[in-house]
Amino acid sequence: MGGKFLFDGQPVPFEDGQTILQAARAAGHYIPHLCWHPDFPPHGSCKLCIVKVGGRHVSSCALPARDGMEVESDTPEINGERRALLQMLFVEGNHFCPSCEKSGNCQLQALAYELDMSSARFAHFYPDRPVDASHPDVLLDFNRCIFCELCVRASRDVDHKGVFALTDRGIRKHLVVNAESGRLADTDFAVGDRAADICPVGVILRKRVGFAVPIGERKYDEASISTVAMEKGE
Amino acid sequence: MSDSIGMPRVRVATTSLAGCFGCHMSLLDMDERLLELAKVVEFDRSPLTDIKHCGPCDIGLIEGGVCNAENVHVLREFRRNCKTLVAVGACAINGGLPAQRNHLDLGDCLQQVYVKRDGIEEGGVPDDPELPLLLDRVHPIHEVVRVDYFIPGCPPSGDAIWKFLTDLIGGRTPRLAHPLLRFD
Ligand code: SF4
Ligand code: SF4
Ligand code: FES
Repeated sequence: MGGKFLFDGQPVPFEDGQTILQAARAAGHYIPHLCWHPDFPPHGSCKLCIVKVGGRHVSSCALPARDGMEVESDTPEINGERRALLQMLFVEGNHFCPSCEKSGNCQLQALAYELDMSSARFAHFYPDRPVDASHPDVLLDFNRCIFCELCVRASRDVDHKGVFALTDRGIRKHLVVNAESGRLADTDFAVGDRAADICPVGVILRKRVGFAVPIGERKYDEASISTVAMEKGE
Repeated sequence: MSDSIGMPRVRVATTSLAGCFGCHMSLLDMDERLLELAKVVEFDRSPLTDIKHCGPCDIGLIEGGVCNAENVHVLREFRRNCKTLVAVGACAINGGLPAQRNHLDLGDCLQQVYVKRDGIEEGGVPDDPELPLLLDRVHPIHEVVRVDYFIPGCPPSGDAIWKFLTDLIGGRTPRLAHPLLRFD
């Protein structure tokens, strides 16, 4: 059946079952997102995709579109809230972009650019999160995890290995590796796994390729994340 | 001091706290635009002038985070004297490389570097009273004083600093958009 809704004042058609985010993208409108990925069901945890429908905040990656909805997305108010969410993600972890192999290809960083975030504003936590370099091909740098669970979902649902999991709640939440030792080397994780290249930030990193692409040629050096997302469907 | 048309020049102070002077090098990297800038700006305390204390200024540019007691004093002197205070570069904004010691115990760090390191024979943690006291953690400058603007980058490019300063001096709200806005 489907129908039409208004997205920032513009009519957007949708088919039954499509979420607001999916229908908006199909019509050429970008909505910021971090935990959503086109190949996976919505997760609804990062809240970057918040929009307002009838004055109420909803996660556009998870809410099915309905006929006649009026959706606000690209407004100073909502973008300000998205920026504050990013700032909290930055201070919760250790994000030292200049020494991060993901820099230039990182969705968190690119979204910060997109949303005009010039500082993290809040007090930094500087948590202690040791890296796991045990695996021969892949390094895990937990300092940058934003708990989107994309690796958890990819490893469980696509690779059928269940290598990753989140544990604890609230401020103590963290990513763990599903092995007695807690080390990646002691799992059947392989560099060809879907989970190996799904991380939107710089946690799951292939060894020996870091910094190979020069500054200026990385994914988000010239094009903004909204452009890349719409052109490449990511 | 004033320029040829009698406009008072904008007074600018700069300093490097726990930084590597890379941001100051980037300031110089504006190349011939420095001459343009020199027509409207005069420098107060800065590594470029060697003036030792900051007097009343329009703009203060701070490179580096806060890692010791002296950094705190200098930063507060800048805040007291500068109408607009700007954090320049990754270290001023989130502590940067020096802050990567923040999850470690400071005593252990000093022992490791000055006492236990391979090749050190008669080690000892430096304790000359002239040396500023280290803080247990390296802080971004906005955790110590109010900061008006942030120019990210490691270092920010000469283009970014130029765009920012010319906006600010020209009376426009300074805004760095992609791709001048960069964290690395
Ligand atoms: S993961 Fe992204 S935001 Fe975090 S340090 Fe790396 S590049 Fe920066
Ligand atoms: S490691 Fe990456 S993919 Fe996995 S939860 Fe953390 S940020 Fe998400
Ligand atoms: S993208 Fe919708 S909650 Fe993360």
